[in-house]
Amino acid sequence: MTFPESDLVPLSALQHYMFCPRQCALIHVEQIWEESRLTAEGRILHERVDEGGSEKRRDVKRVFALPIRCLRLGLVGKADVVEFHRQADGRWIPYPVEHKRGRRKKEDWDRVQLCAQALCLEEMLGVAVPEGALFYGKEQRREVVAIDDALRQETEEVAAAVHRMLTDGRTPPPEYAPKCDSCSLVDVCLPQGVGGRGNRVARYLTKVLEEP
Amino acid sequence: MKKHLNTLFVMTQGTYLSKEGECVQVRVEGVDKAHIPIHTLGGIVCFGNVLCSPFLLGHCAEHGVAVSFLTENGRFLARVQGPVSGNVLLRREQYRWADDPASSTRMARYVLTGKLANSRNVLLRTARDHGDDGRGEGLRAAALRLADCLRRLERQELTLDEVRGIEGEAGAAYFGAFDALITSDDQAFRFKGRNRRPPLDPTNCLLSFLYTLLLHDIRAALECVGLDPAVGFLHRDRPGRPGLALDILEEFRAVVADRLALSLINLGQVKAKGFETLESGAVLMTDDTRKEVILAYQKRKQEEAEHPFLQEKMAVGLLWHAQALLLARHIRGDLDGYPPYIRR
Repeated sequence: MTFPESDLVPLSALQHYMFCPRQCALIHVEQIWEESRLTAEGRILHERVDEGGSEKRRDVKRVFALPIRCLRLGLVGKADVVEFHRQADGRWIPYPVEHKRGRRKKEDWDRVQLCAQALCLEEMLGVAVPEGALFYGKEQRREVVAIDDALRQETEEVAAAVHRMLTDGRTPPPEYAPKCDSCSLVDVCLPQGVGGRGNRVARYLTKVLEEP
Repeated sequence: MKKHLNTLFVMTQGTYLSKEGECVQVRVEGVDKAHIPIHTLGGIVCFGNVLCSPFLLGHCAEHGVAVSFLTENGRFLARVQGPVSGNVLLRREQYRWADDPASSTRMARYVLTGKLANSRNVLLRTARDHGDDGRGEGLRAAALRLADCLRRLERQELTLDEVRGIEGEAGAAYFGAFDALITSDDQAFRFKGRNRRPPLDPTNCLLSFLYTLLLHDIRAALECVGLDPAVGFLHRDRPGRPGLALDILEEFRAVVADRLALSLINLGQVKAKGFETLESGAVLMTDDTRKEVILAYQKRKQEEAEHPFLQEKMAVGLLWHAQALLLARHIRGDLDGYPPYIRR
């Protein structure tokens, strides 16, 4: 089964979902987007990459801001940089390089996004993409990532979960956690103001109306 | 909370606004008057014959800067808006609630609870300063009537018409005592009752103008969270009427607009000669008074207030944004009710 082009989900949604399903829903279901310092910095870093175009050296061709999609997983987006590496036999193999502000994380968020790009490239170009890289701005270093079976499976599961959430159109309730403080949507999510159970509004009204 | 941004009010006739890089360029008769960075603005309000370049309008739409056009006297004409923002599922649920009498009544009770509690709060604050003189007594009597209305509003089985009846009664009690809140000796500001189309005295003129400014801001806040400002619960649909914005306005009339009008009058910041009466008896503000009022309103919005439900300090100008957000969260099912803004 493949998704129609009208139902494709942005590649970035995978990362949002892994960071926090509610964040993903706030952005992609509720369509709320608060630009925070972090996202603004990320955007500026991306501007050079987003301008598009390409450059070619002897055995490596680099393409910037390459539009990609995967109908099988229902994903669409842009790859920051895709390098095409010339093989000994003359074939060009795509090699996605995703640029990240900040540092390497122990969670799989960035690797899954990279893998999703690899799956897009495989579907569109009909070639195997065995490897890619993450480039971390703060550390100025590349991490080579093998697009192996475990990573592929995880990526497919996350993509399916995102699609389920968008189809249901339901936004999961907030659960306050330390990572909330670094989230650019904390002020619209209100994990502490809205979270929690019970008759919060009823209690609030009783309290404010009783005061003299 | 998000950052509170300025609103640019343009009142000089013949002003031309255009985009110059990331700035708004302000020109009057070809002369460069100012450059204002767009990222410092939350809105632009143009009074009368003020022109905006299409590129500036497009840039504003992209950055969520609300641009409104008003007549020189502050009557709303039009606004420019980019693509509809926010969640269609949220708006559909809003429409379902507005179509459902029980949900509408419940929401109407929430906002009126806020309105009545805040009106009462304004009366009691002044009453406290006036011990047992006639003024204090009248204010306390009106506050008691409001308290009674508030209690009746709590009854679950009310119909929307009954809720409106209670609102009418509360409004009569509040405005019946309103004159006692005015301490200015100037007879021109005596308040004999609310009138608005057109306002027939300076105090009503001032109130109406402040309600217009506030309504503009609330409408933008609702749009910002993806709610439809036209579809209200207490205020039913009428083409051209921002029903939901008027609903939320109810919570803020007394504590923001009325209190500001009172302090402008009582501290002598507006004067009787700053108003003119037309042949029909309609009262208008002079340009200078209008500027004074807008400045005072802008200043009030920069002040800090504690949001009673979120228990967070924020600029007064963000309070209605917080309410819009809480309303959206309630409609989408995150919150067990809608907590009206009640100033403590």
